[in-house]
Parts: sequence; C-alpha cells; structure tokens
Amino acid sequence: MRCSLNLLASVVILAAPVAGLAQSPKFNVGTPLSQEEIKGFDFMVGPEGKELPPGQGTAKEGAVIFAKRCEVCHGQNGERGVLRRLVLGSPGKPFRGPFGAAEKDSVAYYPYATIAWDYINRAMPVPKPGSLTHDEVYAVTAFLLYRNGIVQETDVMDAKSLPKVEMPNRNGFVPAVPVYPPEPKPSWW
Amino acid sequence: MDSNGSGRRQFLKNAAALAGVGLGAGASAEWAARGETAKSEGKPEAPHDHRELLRRGARFSVDHITYYTPLQDYVGIITPASLHFVQYHASHFPDIDAKQHRLTIHGLVDRPLSFSMDDLKRLPSVTRIHFLECHANSSPMIHGAGNENMGPPVQYVHGMTSCSEWTGVPLSVLLNEVGVKPEGTWLVSEGADPGKFSHTLPMAKAMEDVIVAYGQNGETLRVEQGYPIRLLVPGWEAPFSVKYLRHVKVVDQPYHAWNEAMNHSVARPDIGGKARWYHYQFGPKSVITRPSAGLNMPGRGYVQITGLAWSGGGVVKKVDVSTDGGKTWKEAKLQGPVLPRAHSRFTFDWAWDGEEAVLMSRCTDELGEVQPSRAELFKNWGFSEEDSKKPQRSIHTNCMQPWKVARDGSITDAMFS
Repeated sequence: MRCSLNLLASVVILAAPVAGLAQSPKFNVGTPLSQEEIKGFDFMVGPEGKELPPGQGTAKEGAVIFAKRCEVCHGQNGERGVLRRLVLGSPGKPFRGPFGAAEKDSVAYYPYATIAWDYINRAMPVPKPGSLTHDEVYAVTAFLLYRNGIVQETDVMDAKSLPKVEMPNRNGFVPAVPVYPPEPKPSWW
Repeated sequence: MDSNGSGRRQFLKNAAALAGVGLGAGASAEWAARGETAKSEGKPEAPHDHRELLRRGARFSVDHITYYTPLQDYVGIITPASLHFVQYHASHFPDIDAKQHRLTIHGLVDRPLSFSMDDLKRLPSVTRIHFLECHANSSPMIHGAGNENMGPPVQYVHGMTSCSEWTGVPLSVLLNEVGVKPEGTWLVSEGADPGKFSHTLPMAKAMEDVIVAYGQNGETLRVEQGYPIRLLVPGWEAPFSVKYLRHVKVVDQPYHAWNEAMNHSVARPDIGGKARWYHYQFGPKSVITRPSAGLNMPGRGYVQITGLAWSGGGVVKKVDVSTDGGKTWKEAKLQGPVLPRAHSRFTFDWAWDGEEAVLMSRCTDELGEVQPSRAELFKNWGFSEEDSKKPQRSIHTNCMQPWKVARDGSITDAMFS
C-alpha cells in the first residue's frame, strides 16, 4: 500500500483524455463501412449477447456434431481428450469449484454462456475455425452446457435464451464487474 | 505436458508449419541440417552463431507456440525482432496479405471506417521504445520445467519479456477519425489468427498511448509479431496487445472474450478463491541476466553484474543489488537510456571472493513501488508460507529472482531453495 496515493494520481491522469475527446475527423482517411458490411464481421459477442445471430440448437443435436467435429481433441462428451477438459460435473449436477489450473478449462468456469458460443464460433474447431453453421454452434454450446449440468437436454439455445443462462461460476471473479480506472491498488494486486 | 520426446516431435511438426507460412526456407534448412530440434545458446561454451531461430528457447504444445528471449546473451535494452519472445495461441501463424488486410473500427462510433495499410501509413506516425511482457512470464511453476530446448533459467523463466522500438499510428488518431460516442467506454479487438485472439481495452488507455504498430526495430512487423499490424499497449500485460489486428469494436462494457475471461484468470486465496479479472499494468520488476543460473563464474575477482529492470508504471527510478541473498543492498548504476515502460539496463561492479553468494536485484519505479520478494508477493496473494514455497501457477508475477553462486563457480536458480 506504500504507493496508493501515487497510483491514484496516475489513474486520474489516465482518465483525463476521454473528457477532451474531439469528435470531428482530422484527416478524412479510411473508407466508410455500411451497416450491411459490419453485419458480416460483427461477431465478437459480449456478455449481453447483442451480436448473437439468428439460429438455434439443442444438446441432443449438439451431441452428434460434437462427436463428429470436437471429440477428437476434447474426448467423448468433452470429459477426456488430448486437449482441454470441457466438462466437469454431470447432467443435473454442475461443478461449483474450487477451480484449479485444470478445472479452469471447463465450460463450468465461464462467467457467461455467451463466451462458449463466441469462442466455438470464431476459433473452433481446429483446424477449420469458422466452419460450423450458426445452428451448429448453438447446438454444440447447448450440448456442453447440458453435459456440465447447466441446462436441460431439451432446452433450445438461441440469441434470446443463451445470454439468460445462469452460469454457476458467475460470481467467481473480482471485481464482479470490471471498472476503469480501477480502484487504486498496488501493482501486485 | 511437454515430455522431451513429444516436445521434439511437436517441434519438428511446427518447424515444418513455420516454413510453410514463409518464416524462411533458410530456417527450416538449418533445422534439417541439424536433424533435430532448435537448441538455445544457453550453454556458455556453445559457439556463438547468428542463426537466429536456433537462439530462441522454444516450447510447443498442441495449442501454443512459445519462444523465449535469450536474456543471458542480451545486451543494451533493445531486443532484436528475431529474438523477441512469442506466446502464440494456435498451431500455426496466419498468412495475411497486407494489400488485402483491413482494420475496421465500428460499434459506438459516429463514422464506422475501414483502414487499409496505405491508409494507416499515410497518417501521422509515432516511434516509441516499450517493453512487452507475457502476463505469465516468471510464473513460479515454470522454474522446474526447463529442458534443453528452452535455454538456461533466465531465458525460460523470465524470457517472455522483450523490448523494442515500435512504429505505428496512435490508436487515438484512428478513434478520432471514427468519432467515439460518449457511451463508448471500452474497446474489444480481434486478431486474424486462427484462434481469433480477442481482448478488451479501456477507452482511457486507448486514447492515452496505445499504438497500432506496423514497424518494429526499424523493419516491418514480423509474422510472429502480428504482421501486418498489432496493438501495442505500453506497460500493460501483453495479451492486451492484440496481434494480426483486424477488428476494433467500441463498446460500453468489458467483453470478456474467451482468453481474458477464463484462460487468463487465476484463482487466488486472498480474494476468497476467486480470480482477479483484468490485471492492467505490470509492477516494478528486474532480473540479473549475467551471471545467472546455468552459466559459470569466469573466476575470482572483478565481474560486472548486469541485468534488466522495467515497470508498467513508468520509469525505473533505481535498482539495488544484493550479493548476500537480500541481507544487504547497494545501488546499481542505470546505464541509460532510462525510458518510461521500457527495459532499462543496470550494472553493478562486484569482486567475487570465491565464496558462496546469492545474487538478487530489486527495482523501484517512479511511483515509488518496490519489487517484492517471492515471500512478500505470495503473502500479499494470501498463500501460506508453506504454499509460497511450492512452484504455483501464477500470473502477473514480479518478484525478485535469486541466483546462487557455488564455490566451484556454478550458478543455480535459488527461487525455491
């Protein structure tokens, strides 16, 4: 705590430029993007799921796709495999921690269900990320949530239902909602 | 995970993959000529050579490509681009055509825009020297994990920090062109790598000193450093500095992309077993690079102790050196230039009397913060003394590194002994 005052001073300075943000372009460089173009790449999904596209899927449908496209790395039902163990707990019985280095790989650790959809959609499966349809991504997400005991096998996952899924580790992070500038703390914190 | 045998096989596979994406036929020919894995220059008796890929400590797993900067051979403050550390979260580097590449900025903005490389290069540029450090650098868990591909301890324990002269457009210039709406308080950025590495960034930092970099140490950004463009977020943990940058979305809250929300968070006892969400800047840090573990003392008498110090909080104010394991300290010389959020080189004149010694360095930054010992850091994090002696997985680690000199002149890593 020996430096909290200094830290405070530095975050105040950091915050300052936002207030002075100028709004008119100075160089007029760059090509305007249409809403149509943006729709084609706007797939970084936030906690509220605003970017989730139309489509839907259930765990039952996801099981088939998972076996075909994901099992080779993540093992049967995501429980074993050469890579990350995606499933802890079991249907109806979610894993609630503690989360060590190995448990952290599981979907049970995610604070938001939308993260699973987002990562599967953009980064999976290796080696052909982006090759699943949106319906398939919803289905695989539903399957992993079901195997982790978080949703029912028949629950339909779509742009409306997925952000509402209550994740068991939602409160496993500090601060619960990040703010910036952060509360002044020494850097080890 | 990396047993020597599988590490070797994986390495050869990756070597082939690297050659495939144009890292250079020369490199793969070198590997083939040796008929084996890359070995670092770690051993002091190894002949010097400039075959750069061979000098990097290397480690591969199915979803990571890691290179460690050979800090033991590093002089001055600039890391050559060829020796810059790499911590990459996919199995192969992307093959991006810079002519086709576009950076889009959209979301909570008045004028969503797409920038070509020509657009970016005609805008006002800045060139600044900054360190970049992986948030997992110096993690206690890695102290015992070395193998012959990874170099000596100073390389594989601390070699995920490097320092370069970066050139590019201030992100604030681009954000001004698109016009950020008042509710746009955060950004989320996406890379064009196979894993679509994504990260959140607070708007205040984006407007302060972040660079969209296309140059490193006087040359075009290299493939493994994010060619054709990357974010460079000075002083902050490296995952903020998204490589292969292609989309920036202005948003009103942190987006908790996969890597930041789960892969990069580690539970800590002092916060009730919860994980800290978003570490920002690195604290004050330093390490003695020579003499260090795996090397040998050149003999009794004069030897210059040298190392690197840096802080995400700004300028390094002073570095102290101890040769008796932290009982007594003396101030080292800062060689200069001493720049904010950059590696600084320190030196310390020493006469070795042939007796056992434990060498340590301690950095104090311009905020007045002092680099902690391992015991202090782990106590802060709520670990028991017993647990603090176990090599734990941790991130955001900035504790002091002790090197133990034995009477026979051999040097070992004394972090956990």
